[in-house]
Amino acid sequence: MGIKGKDLLTVEQLTREEMETIFHTAREMKGIISRDIKKVPTLRGKVVITLFYEPSTRTRASFELAGKYMSADVVNLNIATSSVVKGESLKDTGLTLQVMGADIIVIRHGMSGAPKMLGQYVPARVINAGDGYHAHPTQALLDMMTIKEHYGEIKGLKVAIVGDILHSRVARSNMEGLLKLGADVWFCGPPTLLPAGLEKTGVKVTPDIEEALQNAQVAMMLRIQLERQKAGLFPSLREYSRLYGLTSQRLKLADPHCLVLHPGPINRGVEISGEVADGVQSLINEQVTNGVAVRMALLYLMLGQKGE
Amino acid sequence: MEYILKGGVVIDPKTDMEKRLDIHVDNGKIKALGSNITEKNIETIDAAGRIIAPGFIDLHVHLREPGLEAHETIATGCRAAVAGGFTTIAAMPNTKPCADNEAVLELIKNRADRLKLARVLPIGAISKGQQGEEISEIGSLYQTGAVAISDDGKPVVNSEVMRRALEYTQIFGIPVISHSEELHLKGDGVMHEGYWSMLLGLAGIPAQAEEVMVARDLILAELTGGQLHLAHLSTRGSVELLEFYLDKQVKVTAEVTPHHLLLTDEEVKEYNTSTKVNPPLRSRDHVEAVRKALKKGTISCIATDHAPWSEEEKEQEYNKAPFGISGLETAVAVCWDTLVVKGGFSPKELIARFTTGPAGVLHLPCGTIAQGAEADFTVIDPNLTKQVDTALFYSKGKNSPVNGRSFRGWPVMTIVGGNIVMKDGVVAD
Repeated sequence: MGIKGKDLLTVEQLTREEMETIFHTAREMKGIISRDIKKVPTLRGKVVITLFYEPSTRTRASFELAGKYMSADVVNLNIATSSVVKGESLKDTGLTLQVMGADIIVIRHGMSGAPKMLGQYVPARVINAGDGYHAHPTQALLDMMTIKEHYGEIKGLKVAIVGDILHSRVARSNMEGLLKLGADVWFCGPPTLLPAGLEKTGVKVTPDIEEALQNAQVAMMLRIQLERQKAGLFPSLREYSRLYGLTSQRLKLADPHCLVLHPGPINRGVEISGEVADGVQSLINEQVTNGVAVRMALLYLMLGQKGE
Repeated sequence: MEYILKGGVVIDPKTDMEKRLDIHVDNGKIKALGSNITEKNIETIDAAGRIIAPGFIDLHVHLREPGLEAHETIATGCRAAVAGGFTTIAAMPNTKPCADNEAVLELIKNRADRLKLARVLPIGAISKGQQGEEISEIGSLYQTGAVAISDDGKPVVNSEVMRRALEYTQIFGIPVISHSEELHLKGDGVMHEGYWSMLLGLAGIPAQAEEVMVARDLILAELTGGQLHLAHLSTRGSVELLEFYLDKQVKVTAEVTPHHLLLTDEEVKEYNTSTKVNPPLRSRDHVEAVRKALKKGTISCIATDHAPWSEEEKEQEYNKAPFGISGLETAVAVCWDTLVVKGGFSPKELIARFTTGPAGVLHLPCGTIAQGAEADFTVIDPNLTKQVDTALFYSKGKNSPVNGRSFRGWPVMTIVGGNIVMKDGVVAD
């Protein structure tokens, strides 16, 4: 069983069965990462190109490693030194990569919908590594994998996602996946950072972090960006931290086993205190490892399965 | 050219007529109307099963020329207009340079006249350079043929300038067409703010970005007694404000576009940049509200806001692509299908929104079928079902969100000043 759609653009497009297949495959892949010799020949002769229009450490490195652990040829296109700075359109960049022989193009783009557009122009399979405020499916999959490893089941868990929901593709993709798997999803943040239109989704929304954390089994903190302060969406990082930062004190409101997640990179002392980030309940580093495993699983399911 | 249009049902909202009538056209005018005109040696054109309406008027078109000819020219725009059943179009002034001076107006008129297709009425700019700072030479523009003034494409941010424009135009009796939008509330929005913008991760434009400015413009219209025309109304709140001020007898009219009557923000979900338009496609409740207002007549006109863009422009990321829909060649069919076939409008009600409505706004003599009047007709086949194919557009702008959809009720003949400029979708050379 692979991934049915040509491209992986959202969590929404995946069936529950596809998600389970990804989690299951990722658990097996995780075994490879902990080996001494981290190399299997599965994707030999396959070409993976990463096309990142936005900076990234984790996502890009994990896609690159995921490909390399499975012997694919991985090329990272650095946009800052590519023809894009000369004004080449996304369409033309995609077509160029296609004729060079790309089997999978992994794209990160600041504008929502760009990966979908790329997928319409190229026959290669496209993986969305984050587009605008829209979707970040591989992040949500690794988050869900991490939660599943600890709880076994996602159904019925109270998951509080706290922070800049308005600009967060991580929040949207997790919402889609977690709701599909039956979680009780809460969005929490100042009303200026909560998007309109959440009523129809089934997510519970509150500006009150204490209400959101109350008995939560998972607390997912989102990165707050200084630009949002400049746009007038909150007055200062200091006040934001005071109202929405996850401290040990606040974490006590949650279930005693509550997991703390963060997609990174974290702002220590802003949305999360250093103490909590490094504490026993934090799985922030586990998320990173699972990120490599999930991306290996996806490359395998989308490339290894081709032609079968 | 002399001929008899035979056997069609003539619908003229101005005289409240709906009747099977023959029309005798001679020398560009209507020579006679009668239930059975037979003249020897005069050509007859069979119009049986067709509806003959006064020539349709579109008071909101972007022809792009001068300056933006990659996207449309006066020639391609006029072909698109008559292909879509319009005999008269009003051209918005946001060209390059913009129509804030007589030279640009003359250029548009001259090039349009030479084509002998649609009648093109230029709209002048409200402010010099459309900068919103000083009012343009509105008197000179009026004397050169401007039928209205507008800074369409952007709002007049400065309320004082808007006030002066609404006052000064009273010398000439022409309307100020307002593009009502509060730019800060719009922000970097690219679609309607709501459920779909949230899911798609696209920055939203709240309905209130329009409504705040509609309210201001109505308040200024009341203050000044000037004639205000609200372009592309798209929200329920705007309709409520409009109706409130109509009750107060303020001189205000409004238009709605075919796309705001048919489509909702859900259309954006494939990130098709042809759905990117300003004001944005709204949610269902707003669509219902503008339809209802159009039926009541508080919104008196349908206007296309025809905004053609080249494929390169629209083949970009959704955020980057420009706002606008190429609407001239689908407007009549979209509205006939949506409103007459499925929406409870009578043919006469719809025809009025394309004729007497816009003629009233611009104080035009056209828009009626009567002896001695100009022979401008839009002939509609109410039973023709056809699929939209943008590859066949005369317009350079293929940016249509209804490409591939089928509609019932198409214009099959366009007659301007007695000349048949379009027949069965084919524009005369």
